[in-house]
Amino acid sequence: MISDPGGFDDTPLLVAGGPPSNSLGGGRRRSKLHGRRAIAVSAASTVVLLGVLAALFFYAPGSAQVRETFFNIPDARTAFLGNPRGGIFSELDALLINIELFLSAEVLILILAMVIAMVRQLSGPVTFPLRMMAIAYTDFFRGVPLLLVVYAIGFGVPALNLAGVSTQPVWVYGLAALVLSYSAYVSEVYRAGIDSVHPSQVAAARSLGLSHGQTMRSVVIPQAVRRVIPPLLNDFISLQKDTALVAVLGIIEVNRAAGIVSSTDFNYTGYTVGAFLFLLLTVPMARFTDWLIARDRRRRQAGVAH
Amino acid sequence: MLASLPPPDTNLALQMEGVRKSFDRNLVLSDIDLGVAPHEVVCLIGASGSGKSTLLRCINLLEDIDQGRISFFGEEISAEAVDVNQLRRQIGIVFQSFNLFPHMTVLQNLTLAPIRVLGKSRPQAEAEADALLGRFGLLEKRKEYPDRLSGGQQQRAAIARALAMQPRVMLLDEVTSALDPELVAEVLNVIRSLAKAGMTMVIATHEMGFARDIANRVCFLDGGVILEQGTPEQIFRQPQQERTKRFLQSLTEAGRL
Repeated sequence: MISDPGGFDDTPLLVAGGPPSNSLGGGRRRSKLHGRRAIAVSAASTVVLLGVLAALFFYAPGSAQVRETFFNIPDARTAFLGNPRGGIFSELDALLINIELFLSAEVLILILAMVIAMVRQLSGPVTFPLRMMAIAYTDFFRGVPLLLVVYAIGFGVPALNLAGVSTQPVWVYGLAALVLSYSAYVSEVYRAGIDSVHPSQVAAARSLGLSHGQTMRSVVIPQAVRRVIPPLLNDFISLQKDTALVAVLGIIEVNRAAGIVSSTDFNYTGYTVGAFLFLLLTVPMARFTDWLIARDRRRRQAGVAH
Repeated sequence: MLASLPPPDTNLALQMEGVRKSFDRNLVLSDIDLGVAPHEVVCLIGASGSGKSTLLRCINLLEDIDQGRISFFGEEISAEAVDVNQLRRQIGIVFQSFNLFPHMTVLQNLTLAPIRVLGKSRPQAEAEADALLGRFGLLEKRKEYPDRLSGGQQQRAAIARALAMQPRVMLLDEVTSALDPELVAEVLNVIRSLAKAGMTMVIATHEMGFARDIANRVCFLDGGVILEQGTPEQIFRQPQQERTKRFLQSLTEAGRL
């Protein structure tokens, strides 16, 4: 600042000191106000948006009919609880099938996908055919719609009349289709994780005399798996709802049970209930995944600060 | 061409003969001849990119050489049939960037290879690791994860991890280059204690004072060749080659010598 030789020493100081302290205080007040205002604004805009959507729904010419067909309370009750005498399955019970399916599928996928990822990680000419098979596998099952895989396995394998293989209960084929299809995706997730471990980690392990296998097991895989948990869970959210696709094999899971309710009382409310049940499964998983990602980010930032 | 070489010198811990290494078309090492006697400390100096790190990585077979021969106590190790895992447990290497395993505690970092590779029992491996950690002033950090340690502590832990395999030769690749200046001394002191204990070492370093102090022999690398080698006295006081003089001159100007 230009100094004033004529005195008035205090004036520049006052001027210099004044505004910043004001603006600092003002800034703090403003940000607090801003925070409260932000909440009010977001609440208001949410209400307005939901209001507009509700208005659209209720004032649509066919609203009454849609409400009757998709949101019928007595039908929802029947769909939830079932009606044994009417041959209607409880969707809540059917949900157990979906849960069993995705839980067992997840365990098998974690194993099969890891095997495929490891095979793709091999080097050397001897393992070339294995690597090619692993690549062909992931290309194939990521490229073919899951529904078609369900059909192919559910109807194709029994038709083969292979002793032992072709006489399994239907859910086994549904499970196999889910595992085959999703392992292709998850193996790629693993592979990204393995690739993200820095080569210097491998060099350090190998220089200590650890073999390739020991290095993978003790050094690379543990670090890789930690990093891929969020994207892995993302794939599992998708898997949870895709268990609905095994319905085409006649397995009475939620989707199938909903279909039976709907075709019995000519009302789609059963499907609405089914959608609600799937959300009950997937939303907590989605929130959990987001929480993990946020925690991971916090930890990494804390790591940088060290 | 190799058949014409005489058998390796059994009196040398390490012997490199006519070693060439290139990455793609980039020649990184050309015709390296270097012998290291047991208990000898050899320092490699030279500008970044002169081939110091690659030379060390070739000895440890982390890089395949294109030509030449490397022998370890009279046995050729650059041959196709060599069991690299068997060899590497006898040659310790420490890297510039520590490369500790971040998902393991310091103690687990030290015991992993002795247990997995040497088949030691956990209690024995842990007792030996604790002895090393005690020697390097890291005993109270044994249960910590690497990211809780300072750079100097991490590098000391990395040296201890290599020593836990009881190697016959140690290779140190610019182990202080990634450290804050105030942490360099603690790591150099650890290396001095190793030299005093008679460890055979090949050390790539930018710490000229340290090299002058610790080395039995100093090799100046330039453009992938050992341009000049001799006692620290010879290299630092009376360098013969113009490029060596210029390199040392530039360090003096930078206040590093």
